[in-house]
Amino acid sequence: MSIFPFIVVAWVLAVGLYGIITSRHLVHQIVCLIVVQSSTYILLLGVGYKTGAVAPYFYDIPLNTPAVDPVVQALALTDVVVEAAVTALLLAFAVQAHKRFGTLDPEELRQLQG
Amino acid sequence: MTQSQRRWIFLVAGGGFLAFYLWGLIGLPGFGHYPGPYGDIINAIAVPQTHATGVVSAVNFEYRAFDTLGEEFILFIAATGVATVLRHLRQERDTSAVDEARNREVPATSDAVAMVTLAFIGPTVVVGWYLASHAQTSPSGGFQGGIVLATAFVLVYLAGQFIVFKRLSPVALTDAIEAIGAGSFAAVGIAALASGAAYLTNILPLGSTPGAVTPPERSR
Repeated sequence: MSIFPFIVVAWVLAVGLYGIITSRHLVHQIVCLIVVQSSTYILLLGVGYKTGAVAPYFYDIPLNTPAVDPVVQALALTDVVVEAAVTALLLAFAVQAHKRFGTLDPEELRQLQG
Repeated sequence: MTQSQRRWIFLVAGGGFLAFYLWGLIGLPGFGHYPGPYGDIINAIAVPQTHATGVVSAVNFEYRAFDTLGEEFILFIAATGVATVLRHLRQERDTSAVDEARNREVPATSDAVAMVTLAFIGPTVVVGWYLASHAQTSPSGGFQGGIVLATAFVLVYLAGQFIVFKRLSPVALTDAIEAIGAGSFAAVGIAALASGAAYLTNILPLGSTPGAVTPPERSR
């Protein structure tokens, strides 16, 4: 089953999106966004994977050893860092929403704004 | 829009997404059959060119250094955004109404949590420092080393030692370190410009390639 990892990607993405649309708590919603973004890690690493290859670190192995694609790994690293930044910013917004409206329920937030 | 309506829209859209996704998968090379030349080329040339054994780090700081510069400033702007959003407004009071309710005590950190986290702080610092200082030997060593080191600070906070945590991370100092870090990456590139080379060109000597058993150059 050579496309199984890509099915996992779609599943993780769908589960995260379902969580976002049905969530009744802003922090829970942010966690769901993290789940959505996690699917991109699986996709990136899955695209670069080579059967039987090692991690692209040539410290104690010869240079011609088959290794997985380092470019997508670097992209996944960028992805993780950006996700951390986005999560921090969103959590700060959630704190601010709770300060101003006294609730973290998206439904009630909308009612407050009319 | 009610919850059930929203769920229906999601199911319809999700079905469409699934159809297009499966259609797209048909043309994709299977898992484990990496097609592209880029990864193989980078793996072959990175160590001789950059003298770095971690090719992922070589990609980030050499081949995609300009992208990393942009990413770094995304992080910097996000940190600035968090600081701006969470700043103390003048008319804002320190505590919320719930915290001021009478007969309500802030629950103290339980002894078990404090014990375990305090016991883990030392080993976490050692492991983090080990990973960061041996970054060339393990996949993404520097990155995970930094994260493990940062976890030690969070453990201090989790142990309920907020005063210690505050003393460990003075805001003015961390702000300065953050700004110096962001600025010096850009400055390294400008130093290359000053020496007559292109932006972010390596002007410093590359040093020797670290190797455990056989130096990679000789084993080719």
